Amino acid sequence: MLDTVLKGKQGYWGWLIFLLAIMGVGLGCYLYQFQEGLRITGMSRDVSWGFYIAQFTYLVGVAASGVMVVLPYYLHDYKAFGRITILGEFLAIAAVTMCILFIFVDLGNPVRIMNVLLYPTPNSILFWDMIVLNGYLLLNLFIGWNVLSAERKGTHYPSWVKVLIYISIPWAFSIHTVTAFLYAGLPGRHYWLSAILAARFLASAFCSGPALLLLLCLIVRKVSKFDPGKEQIRTLGGIIAYAMLLNVFFFILELFTAFYSQIPGHMHSFQFLFSGLEGHGRLAPWMWTAAGFAFVAVLLLVIPATRRKEDTLAIACVSVIIATWIDKGLGLVIGGFTPNPFDRVTDYWPTTPEILITLGVWATGFFILTVLYKMAVSIKEEVGA
Amino acid sequence: MGIDRRAFLKIAGLSTILGLGGKAAFDILAPGELEASTNAASPGAGKRWAMAIDARLVDDKVISEATSACHRHHNVPDLDSAKEEIKWIWEEDYEHSFPGHQHEFIGDDIKHAKFLLLCNHCSNPPCCRVCPTKATWQRADGIVMMDPHRCVGCRFCMAACPFGARSFNWGDPRRVTRVPELVAKNQGFPYNKDYPTRAKGVVEKCTFCVDLLEKGEQPLCMTAANKVKKGSFTFGDLSDPESPIRSLLRKRYSLRRKFELGTNPNVFYLI
Repeated sequence: MLDTVLKGKQGYWGWLIFLLAIMGVGLGCYLYQFQEGLRITGMSRDVSWGFYIAQFTYLVGVAASGVMVVLPYYLHDYKAFGRITILGEFLAIAAVTMCILFIFVDLGNPVRIMNVLLYPTPNSILFWDMIVLNGYLLLNLFIGWNVLSAERKGTHYPSWVKVLIYISIPWAFSIHTVTAFLYAGLPGRHYWLSAILAARFLASAFCSGPALLLLLCLIVRKVSKFDPGKEQIRTLGGIIAYAMLLNVFFFILELFTAFYSQIPGHMHSFQFLFSGLEGHGRLAPWMWTAAGFAFVAVLLLVIPATRRKEDTLAIACVSVIIATWIDKGLGLVIGGFTPNPFDRVTDYWPTTPEILITLGVWATGFFILTVLYKMAVSIKEEVGA
Repeated sequence: MGIDRRAFLKIAGLSTILGLGGKAAFDILAPGELEASTNAASPGAGKRWAMAIDARLVDDKVISEATSACHRHHNVPDLDSAKEEIKWIWEEDYEHSFPGHQHEFIGDDIKHAKFLLLCNHCSNPPCCRVCPTKATWQRADGIVMMDPHRCVGCRFCMAACPFGARSFNWGDPRRVTRVPELVAKNQGFPYNKDYPTRAKGVVEKCTFCVDLLEKGEQPLCMTAANKVKKGSFTFGDLSDPESPIRSLLRKRYSLRRKFELGTNPNVFYLI
């Protein structure tokens, strides 16, 4: 299987080298952070999680979304998705790897990471997050590898793999639920302390993940002889439309509760995010950008003509990704910490090394994704030929 | 080979049985011993330590004496940065100590009153609930402890604490002895050679001076504050109905920060 990864065109190698270069820069910055401590980031006593944990949260969603192609195929026998389940699973592997890396780079004391295993603490949600994330990574590795190698050999995958596939479906929901529980159970953080947070997380995951997958399918079709298929892309478009509508709906529910009840603590984070609080409004343009893209996405996804046309669907997908990324990869964490426990506002903005480390982790994820997709696509081409 | 498979399994099996028998052996040969040694790890059982601070008696002098006594004993560095600030006990005004309590008609005495904030040593501490390594935990006497040697620096406890009582070492705190701009502000750091300084990447906070309590002494902020204004601080055991703090709480009206969150704070502010 790995042999397919070692044969590629110039573009393939060029892309990998490009990613390696970014990874190298990220690693260099990480060594600097390792030496100096997290003081090189924009985080502070008041906003004690930042960009890293936000990316982690966003990517858990991308990882979980693999289930949106796995579930219809295996539970509803929707045959068309059989062609692309492997792409969903491999996307999940790359995303979970990035999640683990983002947790790692966020630790003040990374050399002690094994303490989480040495002193297992079931009352900590982080303990469960470690279990579900690593479990999900292993499940997708086993499933993806076995299904793909069976496909190459023209055989059926062993029956025990089917058991793992069935386990992986609820497991995917669990990873994002547990990640939401990291936030939703903390007293005094009103923006997070919401029963709908896990549902909102899942909705935003199930639109942003498939949107990324759809764009990847379009790229795969362009750069290889393997066509993920028109019907597949169309069905994905429908899934993204429903999930994005739910995502927006859930967000409006939050707005209603906060602003109809008029409870200051519930309104503050929203006010900070969308209009600024006590003169701190750095995030407002970002949040309104997210709102704008969400609007465009909903429009393009709801109108059947634009949803069914691949180029407008692609624009919708890009809009979904931008909107959900700003919402979850920026607003969620910073908004949750603002105002601080003393009702004061402390600004947070990632520093250059922090952004470069973040890019390094994303590049690592895309490196893994490229290699895995190369493998999958080469085998699909081989079988198809 | 010196040992065959059969012999190995025999030895392995036997040692497993002996291993499992470890606790049982203790129970038979020295009943109570093992229990006694485990209990020693949870001292102060049956007590519930708490602090009452009289807002009427707290002034600038009390604040500076109490803060510096604490920070010097515990080697808390002055990093000259709001972003990286480490503090175990600090001053705050009424409005920001009790967000949502203030109103425009409040009297000047309360409006401009100064409060000393510190870890509330909550009876139901969310920080301990979320810690993935038990680096922060609650003693039997209610004191919320922090082990900087086990902390991985995930900062989940900082997100969980609704009181902003936890500080993180964003960089190496010992750099105050090396960085020229900081050296002047931290003459003599580490001030207390008997108390460990921390490393970068760990969380720290007030411990109610647990090291002194064990010697039968009182928390340092209280000793220092009472030297300036007698009775400004009261520390004691809430489980004892006859304790001075209990009688004080019976007599005076007190506030607790964000009691509505159910963490059950054990620092009371007498109004």
